[in-house]
Amino acid sequence: MSKKYDAGVKEYRDTYWTPDYVPLDTDLLACFKCTGQEGVPREEVAAAVAAESSTGTWSTVWSELLTDLEFYKGRCYRIEDVPGDKESFYAFIAYPLDLFEEGSITNVLTSLVGNVFGFKALRHLRLEDIRFPMAFIKTCGGPPNGIVVERDRLNKYGRPLLGCTIKPKLGLSGKNYGRVVYECLRGGLDLTKDDENINSQPFQRWRERFEFVAEAVKLAQQETGEVKGHYLNCTATTPEEMYERAEFAKELDMPIIMHDYITGGFTANTGLANWCRKNGMLLHIHRAMHAVIDRHPKHGIHFRVLAKCLRLSGGDQLHTGTVVGKLEGDRQTTLGYIDNLRESFVPEDRTRGNFFDQDWGSMPGVFAVASGGIHVWHMPALLAIFGDDSCLQFGGGTHGHPWGSAAGAAANRVALEACVKARNAGREIEKESRDILMEAAKHSPELAIALETWKEIKFEFDTVDKLDVQ
Amino acid sequence: MPFQSTVGDYQTVATLETFGFLPPMSQDEIYDQIAYIIAQGWSPVIEHVHPSGSMQTYWSYWKLPFFGEKDLNVVVSELEACHRAYPDHHVRMVGYDAYTQSQGTCFVVFEGR
Repeated sequence: MSKKYDAGVKEYRDTYWTPDYVPLDTDLLACFKCTGQEGVPREEVAAAVAAESSTGTWSTVWSELLTDLEFYKGRCYRIEDVPGDKESFYAFIAYPLDLFEEGSITNVLTSLVGNVFGFKALRHLRLEDIRFPMAFIKTCGGPPNGIVVERDRLNKYGRPLLGCTIKPKLGLSGKNYGRVVYECLRGGLDLTKDDENINSQPFQRWRERFEFVAEAVKLAQQETGEVKGHYLNCTATTPEEMYERAEFAKELDMPIIMHDYITGGFTANTGLANWCRKNGMLLHIHRAMHAVIDRHPKHGIHFRVLAKCLRLSGGDQLHTGTVVGKLEGDRQTTLGYIDNLRESFVPEDRTRGNFFDQDWGSMPGVFAVASGGIHVWHMPALLAIFGDDSCLQFGGGTHGHPWGSAAGAAANRVALEACVKARNAGREIEKESRDILMEAAKHSPELAIALETWKEIKFEFDTVDKLDVQ
Repeated sequence: MPFQSTVGDYQTVATLETFGFLPPMSQDEIYDQIAYIIAQGWSPVIEHVHPSGSMQTYWSYWKLPFFGEKDLNVVVSELEACHRAYPDHHVRMVGYDAYTQSQGTCFVVFEGR
């Protein structure tokens, strides 16, 4: 058993390329898309990724003989071609469960996407997917409430939630901001949202915003007879300030708060999710900075990984892109990761970009939020793509209405309900979208005007990051 | 045209959640929605409440949830019976999903006064 210390530099593949290895149910599995420097063999590149993201370092060290690295090392167990791409390949790596602290997404990412991404033998590296083992999932708190509880709290059934972000996103005083919230909610939206840029700036300190927004939410609720909410952004400079804001939202009897999980960080996010679970508060999650990390097809982390990480770290709603709006995202890929937000089991399906079977066990689901450059004409497609367990957010598509935000909200609500009703009655809502919306507009002047206002707006650019299928 | 004459005055309306922004449904349209509930494998549930209590979480059941009921006509006649018994109450149709322990859908069929 015992080995002799042999100083020097070994090839990574001698230790970390193990094509005969059969992954254990408790292993954390990862798929990387690797693009090596010219002349470096695939096995060596893949083994280097396994080594540098687990136990290895560039040189043999005496102290590794104090332990049994065979037990702790990550192993590359499979290499696959990337369809239609000769310079890159997929490396599948298995990591033993003991490499990670229980419940710590921060720890998982520090290992898997740490130093290795700067490794010189690689030109590019992209983490495409992670299969989290059930043994790890069971140590994570996950969504503080989940889809079912959120529906019960908000009393919304049989349809997507309807929301919008308050605009202009910067520069309104607390009182003016509360006015816009009130207009949207009285017009028929369920939820409004602090823009992610709104934290506590000189023009509007957080406490000022929270108080006026609470008044707006309560008034709209009284007048409409429906349950309303506003995502109060608790993202802050320090965790202490974040919790102070969350506590105040609770004091004001607000149902939902918000956090920006990538800029705020996974540690802050998991902490806030735990606070929400303890305090019966819903948690909306924004994803600023994601496109820096996930948009390049050969380098970074695919959003499906960031989405899975969020479900484990905790959040009741997560932004996923719209497929049809102004922001990047193709339909199949989006469906692939919204499955991973909402379902209890997601099978491997390369046509949706899912590289592994993923069992979520009893982990609650997360609402998929579609937001960004969408308007009433998109409603049928949005309902078809995202289904009921989603939150559709129309910012410009609400405030840009010629009669103002309340009428814009009503137009969206009428359009949404008309589409749900038509779908339930068996109509093909994407094919018949025009008829469905025009019929609904007959009894809603607000919708008729909205349809006229946005009839020409499209965002038809090709996606930058496509699925690797041919 | 001056700005004011092109802008409408949007008046807040009190609504009863899902389908609250659509005009009252015809009988055929209601049938379609109930058929959808049955087709999803959900159990039809009929609930009613006096309008003053519309924001309560719990409305009164009409009888019990109609677990496993597949006959559209039975559900419709129960809805009408509930409405006859409580003409001044809101009556809503729930599609209960035992798998998720949630309501697959829920909408008001008769509005009370």
